[in-house]
Amino acid sequence: MFGLDKKDSGLLLVVIALTILAPFILNPFPESSAMAQFNAGYPDLMQRLVIFGIFAIGFNILFGLTGYLSFGHAAFLGVGSYAGIWMIKLLTLNIIPAIIASIIVAGLFSLLVGWISLRRSGIYFSILTLAFAQMSYSLAYSVLTPITGGETGLQPKVSDPRIFDAALEEGTTPRANLFGMFMNDSYELALGGWVFTFNVGYYIAAALLIFAFYISIRIFRSPFGLMLRAVKSNQQRLNYTGVESRPYTLAAFVISGMYAGLAGGLLVAMDTQAGAERMFWTASGEVVLMTILGGAGTLIGPVLGAGFIKYFENIVSKINETILEAWFSFLPAGLTDFFVAIFYPFIGKGWHLTLGIIFMLVVIFLPGGLMEGGQRIANLFKRKSDKDSGAGKSQPAPAE
Amino acid sequence: MEAIVLQILNGLDKGSAYALIALGLTLIFGTLGVVNFAHGALFMIGAFCAVTLSRILTLSHTIIDESKTDFLGNPLKVEVPYIYDIFGEVLGNSIIDWAVPISILFAIPIMIFIGYIMERGLIRHFYKRPHADQILVTFGLAIVLQEIIKYFYGANPIPTPAPEVFKGSFDFGAMLGMDPNVIIYPYWRLVYFAFSAVIIGGVFAFLQFTTFGMVVRAGMADRETVGLLGINIDRRFTMMFGLAAAVAGLAGVMYTPINSPNYHMGMDFLVLSFVVVVVGGMGSLSGAVLAGFLLGILESFASMTVVLETLPGINQVIIYLVAMIVLLTRPRGLMGKAGVMEE
Repeated sequence: MFGLDKKDSGLLLVVIALTILAPFILNPFPESSAMAQFNAGYPDLMQRLVIFGIFAIGFNILFGLTGYLSFGHAAFLGVGSYAGIWMIKLLTLNIIPAIIASIIVAGLFSLLVGWISLRRSGIYFSILTLAFAQMSYSLAYSVLTPITGGETGLQPKVSDPRIFDAALEEGTTPRANLFGMFMNDSYELALGGWVFTFNVGYYIAAALLIFAFYISIRIFRSPFGLMLRAVKSNQQRLNYTGVESRPYTLAAFVISGMYAGLAGGLLVAMDTQAGAERMFWTASGEVVLMTILGGAGTLIGPVLGAGFIKYFENIVSKINETILEAWFSFLPAGLTDFFVAIFYPFIGKGWHLTLGIIFMLVVIFLPGGLMEGGQRIANLFKRKSDKDSGAGKSQPAPAE
Repeated sequence: MEAIVLQILNGLDKGSAYALIALGLTLIFGTLGVVNFAHGALFMIGAFCAVTLSRILTLSHTIIDESKTDFLGNPLKVEVPYIYDIFGEVLGNSIIDWAVPISILFAIPIMIFIGYIMERGLIRHFYKRPHADQILVTFGLAIVLQEIIKYFYGANPIPTPAPEVFKGSFDFGAMLGMDPNVIIYPYWRLVYFAFSAVIIGGVFAFLQFTTFGMVVRAGMADRETVGLLGINIDRRFTMMFGLAAAVAGLAGVMYTPINSPNYHMGMDFLVLSFVVVVVGGMGSLSGAVLAGFLLGILESFASMTVVLETLPGINQVIIYLVAMIVLLTRPRGLMGKAGVMEE
């Protein structure tokens, strides 16, 4: 299918099915049940899941393939956001110019950053990219306030020029749309006790995710992708064979910057605002976490990692003490208090603590992320069945 | 002239903090070859050692003072710190007043202990792993430490004042024979600078003039040969990690009166300290100190009004800009040695 082999087509189909059916999958509990708080099928969260999925796929093209650890990727997302919001303010509320502009501007910016940073590798590269991102963040907050809105950020206003659009009436809120379909419009389907929400913005973002995922498969399978892997496994040797590796790494850097720009543009399209905090270096750290958690260098890992982090961020931060007490209420009174006291630091505002611990455990024990974990479990079962047939085919295939 | 002296002075306290953190970072890097992203968290924990001690000292119980009454006419309840019961009111009061300097004694064993645990429990297992893994796991550790502190101390900055003697400022310009009231400098910043100079001098003297330091330096130059001579170099390197943690912690303790500590102060300093280390040259101790002061002073020069008028926003980016230029023109940093961290 589309020039993919059977396995990759299967993977693509899985992603397509997952994204299309996400409103069902993420809403497994009836609305009235006590578990309804674990439902994630509301538009805002679903949009975030796919947008950060795109961001992580892009980051993975750089980090997973070439091994260059960029600690400043959020800068491209932020720059993309600003480009997008300006298109919305100046041209039209239709999201197409915004998204195109955000990809192009982020691509150009990453070309500049990459051209400088890629002169060095290893830790120096990480620090250079970090320095660029921090610089963009500080500038966006201070001097560039006329362009970036400083601390308040940017929102579309009724009084914006928007040269392609008819003027909005006073008092209406400008809403982003795609040829008349508003991003925050949803269709709600009530089935029995369940309510499923189908959101326009989500499906647009999901379509782009599928497209982004397809491109990433093609890059992974191309000679270009092979060259990037060569950079990761032994750059020196590559240089000795007479290959100049920098054009390849730069191309990978720009591509992943454009992915970040696309994610930034989509964020703007969904919530029509942009702010400098998207560029802060913790945001860069977050995409690193997503990629590593899912499995760097694998195709689907980063998407899973992004989904995992964004889902639990929303769910875990919503659990509070009362809910914990309700869960442990079946225990004797003393034990209830004991368990509540133990779990309390990890829930609600303690989400970052949980995330940090999970992340450390993954880096220590599962450097390949969730994908490697899945593979190990699969191998465990396979070995059992192999023992009976006597074939010792337990050689773990590299995760893809 | 006055303006220049003032900016150099202003740069000194930030520069001292950068230099102390960067010194620890590069010490760890030079000995163990580990990139420690959790070093900023150690700085922050040091600061919270001071907070903790001042809280312990002010632990108090309530007594009813019959001689006074509150506005309702009831006997007044007075909080009395336990320390008054032990040392009497006068001495107790001055102990509370000097909580921050006293925390130095309190912080040293704690920081060495934390450093030891960190090295033995976690970082030891990462020597053979790629630098990216080391960065990632210490980054995770930094998040965890930071969140633990946030859980216990809350997210707001906690003001921790300096002793009464060092509060306020003095007229430095008048002392140098310049116009009075031009260069006003807070006492505590001078204390901080002197303190960090002592610490830095101490670390260098320790490495230069003791047998232990000599072995460590030999190990930094050629770990394998030192190991072959029958010296347990790993144990000494672990101790150096503890020392680096203590240096970062002390930097944090003394910094609390300048900036009220909050849980993410370590991260704010860490990014800059890394830049400092890179500018100074990975693994070069003197480079880290030099670059720390240099960048601190440069930063304060960049925030002068005259400079800001010509180049708006330069104070925000000057450090990163310098780092980029240094990295691209002198890849080893200002004083980096050949063969350290070269890919």
